[in-house]
Amino acid sequence: MSQYTEIKLSCYHCGGDCSDDSIFIDDKLFCCNGCKTVYEILQANNMCDYYSIEETPGISKRNEIRRNFDFLDDPDLQNKLIDFTDGNWTKITFFIPQMHCSSCIWILENLYKFNLAIPESEVDFLKKTVSVKYSVKETTLKDVVILLDSLGYLPSFNFEEKTKSKSDEVLKKLYYKIGVAGFAFGNIMLLSFPEYLSLDDVVTDNIKNIFGTLNMLLALPVFLYSASEYYFSAWKGLKKKIINIDVPITLGIFVLFARSYYELITVTGAGYLDSLAALVFFLLIGKLFQYKTYDVLNFERNYQSYFPIAVTIIKDSAETTKPLDKLEAGDRIIIKNGEIVPADSVLISDSANIDYSFVTGESVPVYKTNGSIIYAGGKQVGKSIKVETVKDVSQSYLTQLWNQDAFRKEYSSNINMLVNIISKYFTIIILGIASTAFIFWAPSDIHVAFNAFTAVLIIACPCALALSTPFTLGNSLRIFGRNKFYVKNADEIERMAKVDSIVFDKTGTLTETNSSDINYIGEELSDERKSLISSAAKDSSHPLSQSLVRALLPADHYPVERFEEVFGKGILAIVNGAEVKLGSDRFFNGASKVNGDLPNSSKVNVEINNERLGYFEIKNKYRPNLKAIAANLKSLYCISVLSGDNAGEENNLRNFFGDKARLLFRQSPFDKLNYVKDLQSKNHKVLMIGDGLNDAGALKQSDVGISISENVNNFSPACDGIMESKSFNKLKDFVNFSRTSRKIIILSFIISFLYNLVGLFFAVQGLLSPVIAAILMPISSISVVVFATLSTNLTAKKQGLL
Amino acid sequence: MEVIVILIGASLAVAIGFLIAFLWAVKSGQYDDKYTPSVRILFDNDSSEEKSKTN
Repeated sequence: MSQYTEIKLSCYHCGGDCSDDSIFIDDKLFCCNGCKTVYEILQANNMCDYYSIEETPGISKRNEIRRNFDFLDDPDLQNKLIDFTDGNWTKITFFIPQMHCSSCIWILENLYKFNLAIPESEVDFLKKTVSVKYSVKETTLKDVVILLDSLGYLPSFNFEEKTKSKSDEVLKKLYYKIGVAGFAFGNIMLLSFPEYLSLDDVVTDNIKNIFGTLNMLLALPVFLYSASEYYFSAWKGLKKKIINIDVPITLGIFVLFARSYYELITVTGAGYLDSLAALVFFLLIGKLFQYKTYDVLNFERNYQSYFPIAVTIIKDSAETTKPLDKLEAGDRIIIKNGEIVPADSVLISDSANIDYSFVTGESVPVYKTNGSIIYAGGKQVGKSIKVETVKDVSQSYLTQLWNQDAFRKEYSSNINMLVNIISKYFTIIILGIASTAFIFWAPSDIHVAFNAFTAVLIIACPCALALSTPFTLGNSLRIFGRNKFYVKNADEIERMAKVDSIVFDKTGTLTETNSSDINYIGEELSDERKSLISSAAKDSSHPLSQSLVRALLPADHYPVERFEEVFGKGILAIVNGAEVKLGSDRFFNGASKVNGDLPNSSKVNVEINNERLGYFEIKNKYRPNLKAIAANLKSLYCISVLSGDNAGEENNLRNFFGDKARLLFRQSPFDKLNYVKDLQSKNHKVLMIGDGLNDAGALKQSDVGISISENVNNFSPACDGIMESKSFNKLKDFVNFSRTSRKIIILSFIISFLYNLVGLFFAVQGLLSPVIAAILMPISSISVVVFATLSTNLTAKKQGLL
Repeated sequence: MEVIVILIGASLAVAIGFLIAFLWAVKSGQYDDKYTPSVRILFDNDSSEEKSKTN
């Protein structure tokens, strides 16, 4: 008998679907015992407010694995993880990627109700961290982590996290500097009013002198502190024989400061200290605007962030845990369901199912038998296996990628940035004009000559020039972020504008990870049979079974009477009295015949009541709109597709990308890296789009490496940008928009040059009064900022990105 | 007119006071996390205990 319930049962804790109503307390339903346990813990501690702040805030415990946290007792490891300890109290910051709502904040800040030895815990929601202070005498790090895990908030341990606080320090310093500059700017402006309004008859010379002295005092911290990083940057540039934008800025600031002090001390004028303070203030605001970071996302992962920090090893026939960095070749390790093999190993157990999705993007597990090599990065699916490591973690096949030059080179980033190319010529021209003015005036009046020389350098100080880039690119960064494309920093957008070649990885990038094309070949299936197959496959967690269930969509599901799964091979189920057998060739014919696998696809044979009906052929599905995206891109860029698979898909890819595209198959991670290098040596600017660890080298080597991910908080290799897979169809818009941004920057440059021309007109005649400087400089800066912001927003709207 | 010097002194003193307050706020971490406090303030203190009393 089949029953179909319309009302979906959802879990009180996590909101997930409940398969039946067997797990409940106080008429609250749960999808699994894990969720129920969390509820019980909360109830016992009088913490059920958790459920009233947000609905179903919990994190599903359905795929829960029992974890062993013994490695947290290792003192070396503890020292690496904790922020600070004084022997009584220890402070540690955990990164908790599961944090997603205000209930999470509430429960994580009320940890003391569960364990009195944790008096303080503070959440930073945007960074997804919780800082915990605990008493060393009353509890241990392990207990704290077990508590968090029992509530569903398993911290993700990562030794790189600690360096992150550095960016906080930079930001804090920027705030200090802006504060000081803003304070000085406002007050100096106020004290300069008599000068602006020429109130000579009202304001006595005495008061003017006092105002001048005050201005000198106020400008001093701006000159010495707020503007200091421009001096360092200019000096660094000059040492490398590069005239960056900070060189003319520094020149301008020094001349402004020196001439103003000279005028005020000799009582020959009022100086330009207001312009100096305004200039520094605006420049720093621009810097702050550019300083957008996605703290939660990690763009600099190395292989260590993929791997566990400790593994279970067998030593003297007992299980112990060992930190990963102490793992040696020859250790025997136990890999449990869902754990990652940290180093190249040989399988000791009879069989294993290795999911290489981190490595290749391919999520269908690979079946391995005793004695075969399992590469680092593979994830075991199913029962625990034993393996013996044959290489160190750092010497393993994939992790060797990180020893490549690509990972050592520091980006010699901003030499080629537009603003620095221009500033080189700009500085030379301005110095030329200033000297010409000096030489012109010197014979007649040396005083005017000095005046004109300094005035040119002051008025030409490229404040607006320096502001146009951060505001345009900073705004573009925000617009991209709103479209789920997170770029590491603003410079990458300019780099993206210059790209002329695009390299795609195939699996996981051009194809979707979670859905597939399914073809059925064989005797036609009746609705009845479809229901039987779907009911049988429903209870299996294997990705192929899941794809089948999604594709068949039968009208009914039958109760399953008996269910047996041979992992990685197939399932045998009795459904509604019929015997349903689904699985690979190996499942039907025994291990002897393995070569029947179709290239690039997986085959699931179907047998009902001992009658072989046919098979499903399950292929990776290309992303929707790929045709349109490819058609747009192929005319503008030189396109390459690299694939780790065989050439089976060549014709399909040709259809998408045309004859000119270069398609390369059977590419190892090193081949991919070398291919990108090769393109670059032919003066191509390469945009690489990939998704897995095997693309890590190529992503790092390319000029802009974008990693594509179903969920941006998931693992992604080191890259310059992370794109959510749903935004893939906007790829063309993103590249176009980065080009538009570049054009906007150039237009802003032109605007600021026009202002400079007006200023120079006064300056070369030695007629630059403080009022003209005080008006011209802020106006030019503000108009450039307004132009940059408005025009990026408008074009984004036009291109459908806002 | 000389009184303006006193007024300027007073206004500068106030401005410096605000500058110091700003620098202190940055230093004490008030600008580190600009989101979480906005959520935190909405939580009632120990409301579950009060509720269990009224029930």
